[in-house]
Amino acid sequence: MPEKVTLLSVYRYLPQTNCGECGEPNCMAFASKLLDRRATPDNCPPLKKPKYKEQLAKLIELIAPPIKEVKLGVGENLVKIGGKEVMYRHELTYHNPTAIAIDVSDTMDDDKIVERCKKIESISIVRIGDTLKVNMIAVRCASKDPDRFSYVVSLVARSCNLPLILCSFDPKILRAALEKGQVANKRPLLYAVTEENWREFSELAKQYDCPVAVFAPNNLSLIKSLIKTLQAIGIHDIVIDAGSYTEGNLLRDSVNNFIMIRRAAIKRGDKDLGYPIMAVPAVVWMVENQEPVIASYREACMASLFMNRFADLLIMHTSEIWALLPVLTLRQNIYTDPRKPVSVESGLRVIGKPDEKSPVFLTTNFALTYFTVANDLESAGINCYLLVLDAEGLAVEVSVAGGQFNPSKVKDLFTSSGIEKMVKHKKLIIPGLAARLKGEIEDLTGWEVIVGPRDSSQIKSFLTKYWA
Amino acid sequence: MAIFLGDEIEEKEEIKALMKSLAKFIEKLGDLELENVEIRAEELTFIIQPMVGFTAQIPQITQKVEKKIETLLKAEFSPPIETYPGTITEVKIGATRSEGGSRRKVIKIGGEKTMPFYSFEALNPNKPAIAMDIFDMPIELAKSVRQHFEDVMHDPAEWAKRQVEDFGAEIVSLNLISTDPLIKDTSPKEAAKTVENVLQAVDVPLIIGGSGNKAKDPLVLEAAAEVASGERCILNSANIDNDYKRIARAAKQHNHIVVAFTPMDINNQKKLNRLLLDEGLSKEQIIIDPTTAALGYGLDYTLSLMERIKLAGLLGDPDLQMPILASTSNSWGAREAWMKSEEWGPKEYRGPLWETVTTITAMMAGGDLFMLSHPATVRIIKRLIESLYGEVNADQRIQDWITDIGL
Ligand code: B12
Ligand code: SF4
Repeated sequence: MPEKVTLLSVYRYLPQTNCGECGEPNCMAFASKLLDRRATPDNCPPLKKPKYKEQLAKLIELIAPPIKEVKLGVGENLVKIGGKEVMYRHELTYHNPTAIAIDVSDTMDDDKIVERCKKIESISIVRIGDTLKVNMIAVRCASKDPDRFSYVVSLVARSCNLPLILCSFDPKILRAALEKGQVANKRPLLYAVTEENWREFSELAKQYDCPVAVFAPNNLSLIKSLIKTLQAIGIHDIVIDAGSYTEGNLLRDSVNNFIMIRRAAIKRGDKDLGYPIMAVPAVVWMVENQEPVIASYREACMASLFMNRFADLLIMHTSEIWALLPVLTLRQNIYTDPRKPVSVESGLRVIGKPDEKSPVFLTTNFALTYFTVANDLESAGINCYLLVLDAEGLAVEVSVAGGQFNPSKVKDLFTSSGIEKMVKHKKLIIPGLAARLKGEIEDLTGWEVIVGPRDSSQIKSFLTKYWA
Repeated sequence: MAIFLGDEIEEKEEIKALMKSLAKFIEKLGDLELENVEIRAEELTFIIQPMVGFTAQIPQITQKVEKKIETLLKAEFSPPIETYPGTITEVKIGATRSEGGSRRKVIKIGGEKTMPFYSFEALNPNKPAIAMDIFDMPIELAKSVRQHFEDVMHDPAEWAKRQVEDFGAEIVSLNLISTDPLIKDTSPKEAAKTVENVLQAVDVPLIIGGSGNKAKDPLVLEAAAEVASGERCILNSANIDNDYKRIARAAKQHNHIVVAFTPMDINNQKKLNRLLLDEGLSKEQIIIDPTTAALGYGLDYTLSLMERIKLAGLLGDPDLQMPILASTSNSWGAREAWMKSEEWGPKEYRGPLWETVTTITAMMAGGDLFMLSHPATVRIIKRLIESLYGEVNADQRIQDWITDIGL
C-alpha cells in the first residue's frame, strides 16, 4: 500500500506562518485544500522562497498523484492526461478528462487529409456551458514510407493546431517525421515502444524530449518491463497501451487489464504502472466489408466502455458527429466534480433585445438547466428576460421537491434584479415542472404567474399561443 | 420509466432511406465475429522470467540516467487481487411449474463477489439481465423505437411476444400506465387482466409496473400480484411515500419480488430497504432502483451512486446488498436521443446509441437488470455481456492496427 497522505503530513511541509497570502486563514486550511486538490503548492507564495526549496520538493513528491500527469503537445491546445488519484470518482473526483484523438492515414490523398483535419478540428458542441471538442489527431503511417509520412505529418501540422500522435512501430519512420515533419518541438506523443524497437525508440524520445506510448497487447509483464527500461533510460512521460481488443474473450481480457493496471498503481503503489492508459477503439474498423454506420456505432460503444474503465486517451476513427456526441457527453458526465453541483450565477439575464413588453421567464441556476433554457430561448430568437433563481445548483423538479426553489426566493430575486422596473406588465412564466408553486408566487409577488411547458424546447410554440 | 415524445416532424427523403437501412443495421450490430483473422500465438504471448529482488534496484538505476541499457529490464506482473467480506444477494426472477409458477425460463441476477466484470479476481455468477418495456396502451415513443412494434401497441400480449421472440427480451417489463387517474383510470381489476394476458402470451418472467401514481399504484400492484400468484414477478415499485407495506404484503403472500425505488439518495435507499425487510420480505425478494438518469442528464450521479451501493454491499452493508435495477430506457427522455437536429446528425442512429451508451455506463457501474426500449441496444448489450463473460472466443489481431485500419 502506498503511504497515506494525511492533513498533518502535508501541513508539515508548509511554512506554518499562517500569513494568509494563499487566501486561506491559515496553513492548516491550505493543507486541507491541497489534500483534496482544490489548490496546488504554487498557490502558497512563501513556499517559493529559496529557503523552502527542499520542503517544496518533498511536498510535491508527497502529494504527487499515483498516476502521473503527462502533457501532450504544446501551447494553447496542450492536453494533460492522467493525474488520477482514485479508482472511483465518488472517492474524490477525476482530474484531466480523457483525451480523444481521431486518426488520419498517410495513404489518403493530400486534399482529403487537409479536409479531414479541418473537420476534426471544427467539431465543437456547446453543452452546459462547456465546449465539447476532439483534442488530438493521430497520424498513422500506413504507407511504410518515411518520406511520405514526414510529408503528411507536416501537412497535418500546417492544417490544424491540435497536438499530434505519430503512429509507427518503425523508429526510422518516426525519426524521419521528427527531423523533417516540423513537429519536433511540439511534443507529439510517439506511438509506440515495443519489445522489438525499444532501443532506437527510446533514443528518439530522449533526443526530442517527447512523450512515448508503450504497446504490448495483453501482456502486462512486458508492459512493466518496457516501462522499467524506459525509466532507467530517463524517460518518464509514458502512456500505456496494453491493447484494447473489442471482441469476445479478448475484450474481457482488455477490460481486466485496464482495471488491474489502475488498481496496481493506485492501491499497491506500483510505480511502473502509474501512467495514463490509452485505448484504440478504432480497431473495430479492421473488419473488412463492414458498413460504416455499424463500425461507428460499435466504436462509440467501445470508447464508452473503456472510458468507464479508466482510459485516459482514446484513438478513434469515426468522425460522425452522431457517434462522437454520446462519447463526448459521457466524458463530460464522468469528469464533473461530484463534490459540487454545477451551477451558474443567479440573477437577471437579458436575451436578445427585450423591451418593456417582452416576456419574463424564471428558471434555476443548475448549469444544465440554465444553459438548456438559455440556449433554447436564444436559438428560437426570443427577446426576453430570464430570471435565474439560486436553487443551490439544482434542477427544477429536484429543487421544487427539496424546497430550494420557493416563492420567497422568487420575491427576493424580483427585488435584487430590478425586473419590476424593466417591464410594464406583471407576468411571469415559470417552468411547467414548478406548476405547483403558481398560487404562492402570485400571492407573494402580486404578479400573474403563467405555467410554461415542461420542456423549454417547447417555449416558442407556447409563446405563440399564450403571449400576444 | 420514460414515456417519450416522438417529434412528429415531416421527414426528409434521406431520413426515410436511413430508416430502411436501420432494420438491417440492427441485425448486424450483434454480430461481433471477425472474419479474415488468424491467430499468431507466438505474437501474443511472451514468457517473462521473474526477477527476484529487482524492485529494490530501480532507484539507483533511475539515478544513473546516463548509463546505457543493453537488454530489456524484465519485470513480472501479478494481478492485484482483493477480496470482499460481503456478497450481493442472488435473486431469482420467475418461477417454473415445479416452483409454483408457469414460466419456462427463470432468470437469476445478483450474487456478485466483486465489482462488475472484475473477472481476474472472481467470476460473478450471474450475467446482467435484459428486460424490454411494454405498455398497457399505445403511448408516445420516439419514432425510432416505436417503428419496431407500432402494429402491436394496441395489444400488450402481442407486444410482449414481439419483444421476446423477435428481439430477445429475457424479461418483459409491463407498465400499467393507463391506470393513472389522469390517463384512463383503468381499474386494478382490469389491469390485472392485462397481466394475465401477458403471462399467457410469453414464458419469460415479468416486471409489473404501475403508473407512478402514489395512491393508485399499491392497489394496482396488489391486484396484479394476486392474478400472478406464484410467478415470482417483480412489482415495480415500492417507495418511501407510497403504501409500500401493502405492496410488500402482496409480494409476500403471492411469492413476488419488490423493487425499492428512491430518487437518487443512498440514505433513503438504505432506509427503504430496511423498511421492506422489516415488513417481512426476504433479501431475495428485493431489487433496488436508485434512479437511472440519462446520459447528459445526471448519468454521473447514477454512475457514482451505483458504484457506491455495489461497493458498500461488497464491503458488507446488509442494507445495500440487493441487486440493482437500471431503467436505462430513461435515456429516451434526453433530447439528444429524440430531437431532430442537423448539428447532431441523424437521430435514427443517435437515439439508440444514446440508450446503449447509458446502458453500458450503468452496467460497468453495477447495474444487474436493465429495462430497455430499442432492439439495437438489446442486441449489442447482450453480445457485450457474453464477451465480458468470455463466452465468445475471438481471434482478433490488433498488432498491426496502424497499417490495417482502412481510410
Ligand atoms: C439528477 C437528479 C437529482 C440530482 C440533482 C442534481 C442537480 N444538480 O439538480 C440529485 C441526486 C442531487 C437529486 C436529489 C433529489 N431528487 Co432528484 N432527480 C434528478 C433527475 C434524475 C434529473 C433532474 C435533471 O437534471 N433534469 C434535467 C434538467 C435540465 O431539467 P430541468 O431543470 O427540469 O429543466 C428542464 C425543464 O424544467 C424545463 N425548464 C427549465 N426551466 C424552465 C423555464 C421555463 C420558463 C420553462 C417554460 C421551462 C423550463 O426545460 C428544461 C430542459 O428540458 C430527476 C428525474 C428525471 N429523470 O427527471 C430526479 C427528480 C427530479 N428528483 C426527485 C427527488 C424527489 C429528489 C430528492 C427530493 C430525493 C431525496 N429524497 O433526497 C432530492 C432533492 C434534493 C434537494 N433538493 O435537496 C424527483 C422529484 C419528484 C417530484 N416531482 O417532486 C425526481 C423527478 C425523480 C422521481 N421520479 O422521483 N436529484
Ligand atoms: S500562503 Fe502559505 S504560509 Fe501563508 S498561510 Fe497560506 S499556506 Fe501558510
